[in-house]
Amino acid sequence: MLEVKNLNTYYNNVQILWDVSLQIGEGEIVALLGANGAGKTTLLNSLTGLVRPAAGSVAFLGQEITNLPTNEIVELGIAYLPEGGRLFPDMTVQENLELGSYLKNSWKIRNKRLEEVYSIFPRLKERRKQLAKTLSGGERQMLAMGRCLMSGPKMCFFDELSYGLAPKLVKESFAMLKTLRDHGITIFMIEQNVNQSLEIADRAYVLENGRIALEGTSEELLKSDHVRKAYLGL
Amino acid sequence: MDNNNKLKKIIGPVILVLILAFMISLPLFAQNYTIILLRTILMYVALTLSWVLFSGFTGYTSLATAVFYGTGLYTAGVLNGVLPLPLLMLCSGLISAVLALIIGTITLRLRGIYFAIFTLSSVELIKHVLNWYEINVLGVRGHYVTRVDYGTVYYILLAIVVLILITTYLIKRSRYGLALSGIKSCEEAAVHTGVNATALKVLLFALSAFFIGMTGTVMATGMLYVDSIIAFNLNYSFFPTLMAIFGGMSSMFGPIIGATVFAYLQEYLITRSPDAYMFIFGLVMIITILYLPDGLVGLYVRIRELLLQKAIPQIRRKISGGKHANTAS
Repeated sequence: MLEVKNLNTYYNNVQILWDVSLQIGEGEIVALLGANGAGKTTLLNSLTGLVRPAAGSVAFLGQEITNLPTNEIVELGIAYLPEGGRLFPDMTVQENLELGSYLKNSWKIRNKRLEEVYSIFPRLKERRKQLAKTLSGGERQMLAMGRCLMSGPKMCFFDELSYGLAPKLVKESFAMLKTLRDHGITIFMIEQNVNQSLEIADRAYVLENGRIALEGTSEELLKSDHVRKAYLGL
Repeated sequence: MDNNNKLKKIIGPVILVLILAFMISLPLFAQNYTIILLRTILMYVALTLSWVLFSGFTGYTSLATAVFYGTGLYTAGVLNGVLPLPLLMLCSGLISAVLALIIGTITLRLRGIYFAIFTLSSVELIKHVLNWYEINVLGVRGHYVTRVDYGTVYYILLAIVVLILITTYLIKRSRYGLALSGIKSCEEAAVHTGVNATALKVLLFALSAFFIGMTGTVMATGMLYVDSIIAFNLNYSFFPTLMAIFGGMSSMFGPIIGATVFAYLQEYLITRSPDAYMFIFGLVMIITILYLPDGLVGLYVRIRELLLQKAIPQIRRKISGGKHANTAS
């Protein structure tokens, strides 16, 4: 579904990503793991058009998207949930969701999508007239995911979904990812939380100093000596 | 609450239509002075609403109103006698819009106070460039503007105000209105949902400038003479901003009320004691910013909530002896 080939990205003159290649198939949950500064967010930004890669290509459903602007990439069916969710705090839950369907094709069918999101997250329906800033942490995660769904994506990128969350909420959020997958959405998650990510992901890539150091299914990686030593502290 | 909301939805438009009908018929029986006064008020209402159209929606405080208003005044002077008034208005509206596109493209990546300062200095920049041009290249200062009678100007301004109100309403209801609230609330997240924030901001800035420029050209017909120093007066940047803050920006009524009150106060005080006007203006602004963050409209909402939640239920209870007719809330 998503195919990244030999991606190289620079910030000014500093090379951040070195020949990064990865593939994600339809219906998969794939995790990108790595420590702080490994280049995880840069990779995500290169995929969504926020940063222009210097070399390499990104293809989505067979179509080249390397140099498309962000709004066109969203329109093709990739939703991006930035770190910390980034809700619109002064708008209501429903307005937050509706803004997720801002793009033309989604706007026409936003009411249908709204019903779908409300059926996945009934709590949001109860809270639809509340301002987003009055929600609890778990509800915010629901809203952030719900807003992603409103653009009718085929694939969702999640940047550090577990960032700053209590362990219980991390578990809940990861469970929500599985719910999304059950609704036919392919998931690419960027995480530092290696242990829990490998529990729900089908496959994972490990990014170190801007290069893909390891890749494999979650079981393989959990058994790998390198992962156990460097990331799980075993 | 449902009944209340329905009532609220009907009351707004009904009041607007009544006011509009009254204002259209006013020149038939009112004195000349009233029309001249209303002309000034309408001018400030138009400027304030145009300002709110951009700054209220996006949260970017623009102090470039004087650039566009001045462009309107100045264009009227330069093209005086060349074009008939409607075409002249359209022309200066478009010139203002193009200027806004240029200023917007350069500055709308700036945020907060930096944007405000840049827009403010753009007024001075244009004023002095034109002044230099008049003195050193043309050798002649200023332009005459043909007079148009007050009644016509009054109707044109009224039409502009209605046009701005309709535009604001349509944008508010569309997905662009939602996107603009998103930009105001968290611009980065808005971009992530696919909103082309830069384009939206620049276009709205140009639209707002279009209305301000037209207003300037109409008002020039009452001034008879304009030059760059008169046209690009910083007060035209400050007054609409302050009037909007005073009135409150949460609804379209706020800017109208704010502009009306201050324009009337100005007219009333400026003949009696011009110094007192600026003094009172400043004093009211300080009080507003300190105690009424949502302006007069915010004050009204607060008083109403207080009445609805405390006073009225108490009275109702006394009258009906504990029986409630409306339990919807």
